[in-house]
Amino acid sequence: MYDFALVFALRDALREPPMPLTREQIASIAELARLDLSSNEMPVYQESLSSILAFVGALDQVDTARVTPLAHPLTGLTQRLRPDVVSESDRHEEYQQNAPRVAAGLYLVPKVIE
Amino acid sequence: MSELHQLSLVELAAGLRARRFSSVELVRACLERIDRHQGTLNAFISVTREQALREAQAADRALAAGSAGPLAGLPLAHKDLFCTAGVRTTCGSRMLDNFVAPYDATVVARLRAAGAIMLGKTNMDEFAMGSSNETSYYGPVRNPWDPALVPGGSSGGSAAAVAARLVPAATATDTGGSIRQPAALCGITGLKPTYGRVSRYGMVAFASSLDQGGVLSASVADAALLLREMAGFDPHDSTSVDTPVPDYPAELEQPLHGLKIGLLREFFDAGLERENEQCVREALRVYGELGAELSEVSLPHLPLSVPVYYVVAPAECSSNLARYDGVRFGHRCENPRDLQDLYRRSRGEGFGAEVKRRIMTGTYVLSAGYYDAYYLKAQRVRALINEDFIRAFERVDVLIGPTTPTPAFAIGAKTADPITMYLNDIYTIGANLAGLPAVSVPCGFVRGLPVGLQVVGRHFSEARVLATAHAYQRATDWHRRIPRGYA
Repeated sequence: MYDFALVFALRDALREPPMPLTREQIASIAELARLDLSSNEMPVYQESLSSILAFVGALDQVDTARVTPLAHPLTGLTQRLRPDVVSESDRHEEYQQNAPRVAAGLYLVPKVIE
Repeated sequence: MSELHQLSLVELAAGLRARRFSSVELVRACLERIDRHQGTLNAFISVTREQALREAQAADRALAAGSAGPLAGLPLAHKDLFCTAGVRTTCGSRMLDNFVAPYDATVVARLRAAGAIMLGKTNMDEFAMGSSNETSYYGPVRNPWDPALVPGGSSGGSAAAVAARLVPAATATDTGGSIRQPAALCGITGLKPTYGRVSRYGMVAFASSLDQGGVLSASVADAALLLREMAGFDPHDSTSVDTPVPDYPAELEQPLHGLKIGLLREFFDAGLERENEQCVREALRVYGELGAELSEVSLPHLPLSVPVYYVVAPAECSSNLARYDGVRFGHRCENPRDLQDLYRRSRGEGFGAEVKRRIMTGTYVLSAGYYDAYYLKAQRVRALINEDFIRAFERVDVLIGPTTPTPAFAIGAKTADPITMYLNDIYTIGANLAGLPAVSVPCGFVRGLPVGLQVVGRHFSEARVLATAHAYQRATDWHRRIPRGYA
């Protein structure tokens, strides 16, 4: 039904990606992901994300109308619950040793509310 | 007697117990080899010399007192995404260049409790995203078989270190092939257990429904020895499965007679290099001689595993990596104007190009209006791939095929085009999507470079998978080949 030749053919067809993402779309994705991109990086991601999306577009060929999505490979597994008792001790000083800026046991960030 | 670095982990364990050499001698020998070859291979990010020697002295005392654990005195390296208390864990990223975990990963703690000694932390693709170890902030790792070539990835440092016999074995992780593909490219054994078999607690998360810790070693018997200690239920991992851990080393010698082996038809296709195929076909002939029953099996949806993976894995990555905010730990930019600027620049500076590409791909496929078309669609096709495996395992005990389409490639050869790089994992991703145990073992050479054979089994059938691969290593000696300059 499908074979790897199809996947490789797809890759070869992608030398010129159809319907490339616009610069504005890349900027909006980067904004959602909170990633600062330089102007040099923009065209690189414009090209590669367009190719990747075209590549994964191969999935459209599959009829999945009656298929339940699989989120997790062990289908019988259910979320385990533990008793609602305190299991952690206060180790905030130890954890904050990794923090770039702390004061009086608090994480410091730029002013949020004027 | 062979030199220490030529001995397998199983042989080293026996030698330590018989007091033929001490753990301090063994650790010193490994450290000397790391010093000698680090400049060429770049396999390590950190070497924990003093700590290792202290632990070796303690191991020697325990061995003398007869109170030693099953791995007492054996040196190992950990992939630098397993958290190690007090020793920095970088995950190959500038983002975590200064991160020192306040706790041990469960895998690290269990191996330590069994007596193993950590020699250091190995280089890797940044956040385990890569198939060539070229995305590491700490520079590429080189393949011991040819320093112009990649070792594979993302566990490239662990693979190169074991292949060059700098360490007898190393931990690694596999999200889409990151244990098996470098094992194949470096000519060693790589085991990815069933999803849920080995705790993910303390493994820096990439794609949580796919990530699984495992082993890179010189032989299947060595992998079995380590898995017995690493595996098992962990209440700290919500997807850890509470099922008994077999005595893997004791179950290695199961006879192959009557074992039903399925050849994955889809793997013997256009992308597979002809000489690679010949090596794999020859291995199948060996299995036939050993009494296994071979038949061809088709998994029609399996070729779609790469497109499924490049939706699911980036989606999970974009959400997992949202935690790097420049506030609590990790890289923080200088002089942020405001909170948004702090987030954007800390992440923009801290992450490398491939990690940003995957975060953005994941952000896009999860964003409003695209979630159904990409993410849910991929999860539906993932279900079809999973069903293909379930149907195949009604007919056969294990599936066998190549691990990779080609041997190791040149550093820089595939960095320009991400999709060409992604297709390195074309034969390995299926086992991650379905959560199945799989092992790669060396099965020959092409142009002087090792080729990998992959064995995939049912959920929690590690004992069967290991026994199948072990029988092949008893019949062949590919796994004993050591690259020139390292023997």
